[in-house]
Amino acid sequence: MTALLARDLRLALRSGGGAATALLFYLAVVVAMPFAVGPNAELLATIGGATLWIGALLAGLLGLERLFQTDHEDGSLDQMMLSPVPLPAQVFVKSLAHWLVTGLPLTVMVPVFGLFLGMQETAIAASIATLLVGTPAISFIGAVGAAVTVSLPRGGLLLSVLVLPLCIPVLIFGVGAIRAAVTEPDPFLPPFLLVTAISLFFSVLGPFASAYALRQGLD
Amino acid sequence: MTTDAANKPSGLTALANPTRFLALVRIVLPYLVVSTVLLLSIGLWMGFSVPDDYQQGRTVRIMFVHVPSVWMAMGAYMVMVSGALGVLVWRHPLADVAARSAAPIGAAFTFLGLATGSIWGRPMWGTWWVWDARLTSFLVLLIIYLGLIALWNAVEEPAKSARMAAVVVLVGALNIPIIRFSVEWFTTLHQGPSVMRAGGPSLAPHFLYPLLVMGLAFLLLFFTLHLMAMRNEILRRQIRTAQRKAARGHRNPVARETSK
Amino acid sequence: MRLQIENLSVKRGEELVLSALSFEVQQGRALIVRGHNGAGKSTLLRAIAGLLPHESGRILIAESPPEFAAASVPQLCHYLGGDNAMKAAMSVGENLKFWRDFSGQTHLEIDEALDIVGLDGLQTVPFAHLSTGQRRRIGIARLLVNYRPIWILDEPTSGLDAASEEQFAALMNVHLEDGGLIIAATHVPLGLESADELELSEVSVEGNH
Repeated sequence: MTALLARDLRLALRSGGGAATALLFYLAVVVAMPFAVGPNAELLATIGGATLWIGALLAGLLGLERLFQTDHEDGSLDQMMLSPVPLPAQVFVKSLAHWLVTGLPLTVMVPVFGLFLGMQETAIAASIATLLVGTPAISFIGAVGAAVTVSLPRGGLLLSVLVLPLCIPVLIFGVGAIRAAVTEPDPFLPPFLLVTAISLFFSVLGPFASAYALRQGLD
Repeated sequence: MTTDAANKPSGLTALANPTRFLALVRIVLPYLVVSTVLLLSIGLWMGFSVPDDYQQGRTVRIMFVHVPSVWMAMGAYMVMVSGALGVLVWRHPLADVAARSAAPIGAAFTFLGLATGSIWGRPMWGTWWVWDARLTSFLVLLIIYLGLIALWNAVEEPAKSARMAAVVVLVGALNIPIIRFSVEWFTTLHQGPSVMRAGGPSLAPHFLYPLLVMGLAFLLLFFTLHLMAMRNEILRRQIRTAQRKAARGHRNPVARETSK
Repeated sequence: MRLQIENLSVKRGEELVLSALSFEVQQGRALIVRGHNGAGKSTLLRAIAGLLPHESGRILIAESPPEFAAASVPQLCHYLGGDNAMKAAMSVGENLKFWRDFSGQTHLEIDEALDIVGLDGLQTVPFAHLSTGQRRRIGIARLLVNYRPIWILDEPTSGLDAASEEQFAALMNVHLEDGGLIIAATHVPLGLESADELELSEVSVEGNH
């Protein structure tokens, strides 16, 4: 299991692995936002949390297409089926690896990007907290999409279409929590806990659904 | 140690079931079509002859199309969920046909529900679209429907696309309450002008009866369309199988001598 | 140990590719699966390895070795298909080390395995730099870093030169002597000492072809 985690991390961090690309993409989205809405500092700060979340969502979807596809193409997926390790556990580890190279670095970069967007300290702190607990859900929901589109030559687009609507609750509560952190009467904790709950829910459902789809998708 | 041809019962029922289904459709369909047209005409006539509402004026009549559409939009997803369970649990040969055929119909009803809601909203809210909880969750439902249709079409092999789509249908079904809840939370946070509170038991009887008739008519309409779509899907698959068999016969001309 | 196949039927799509197939492979024996293209050789191998669901029938292990008592049939199998299951971006050593750590029942060390397939010293070379034949030999080395009694080989010698084929034949014979068993689909003779043959013919589908 640790071998699988280490291998996936190693592959992602090597050139062409996509971890750096996801981060660059995230930066590009954040930088593009002021050009779209204008350099109004107040407005940028208001939509800062939303920008960070949209960027994280899109950057997270970026690498998902390849989550099982490379293993499918080079025959590794067949070998994984023959492993004594249960397939859902393997999917969990692979999703975790995906999160470690996309969701986590994005979260770590939030202080820098938050300053770009002129966000308050509390908003930045809230963004880090919600992205930390919320981005795993993207990886775990995304794994289902990646599993059902694994044998499709251009499955990436379809994957995004399938996964994005399912990610809407995470987005709503994630951004809502950030907003609540800076708007006085609204409590931060309920939406934050809801994001956490959704992530936990999908960390169970995602691996089982993906493993089933992967097994059925073999030919 | 050669493989031999066996008309095994599993293969036979798999073939017989859709065939029997097609025969059944042929008998039932005319009655369904006639009663759908009849009930739809009655419902529409009743809907148009109700007096104007004291608040909503004549736009209240949109309700007679809008509300049944919304019911059917949800009902079609229920059909897909039972189809998905049929695929995954019982591996019934018709389950995927039922699920797959329900998707475009469900998407159409969802679209109809959204469009009529929007037309209704124009005079009510003064705008075509508001991020109201119901409208928003139905927009998400529409995207899910369309994504599923795309998935069904993208995977070539029907047996495989059936299981892939079934997984997404079920994951989506588990998600819909979460989406619904999050969207409601979202709209209360934003204090949108959610004035859409028509319906419910407070509805006056002279509005309720046409609505119920229209609901029944839409249910029949759904069954009619669904059966037709299922019939087409079965025929499409039979053509596909025949084509593959033809191709298979051509691929290995030597096979004829070696077999048996 | 015996591998028993009882009444196995496998579909690909809606097509019945294998129908009510029964046979048995004994410990220390090899079974060569023959048949023209499309007869279902790969389908049979993948079904035995658990990589394809079967419509009906059973795949059983009788008298399985004690260290594999709790294992399911696929976990007793090494499967070598058309692809070598190696990552181009990782070195030969990293690739083999991953499978060795991941697949359980570790057997030979990596340098031992590489030595046997004649590619010693290539540990640190990226897999992407190897030729087709060398890649296949690394794929074969994977069979050696974990011990699994059943080898399921789909055209195992594709891409190998004569010398490597001979080497691989010797390897398979050792595996059989050790009490393993082999099921291979191939068009060319593999050079095995004791092998049975299974000829797959087309399932005579109802209809006119």
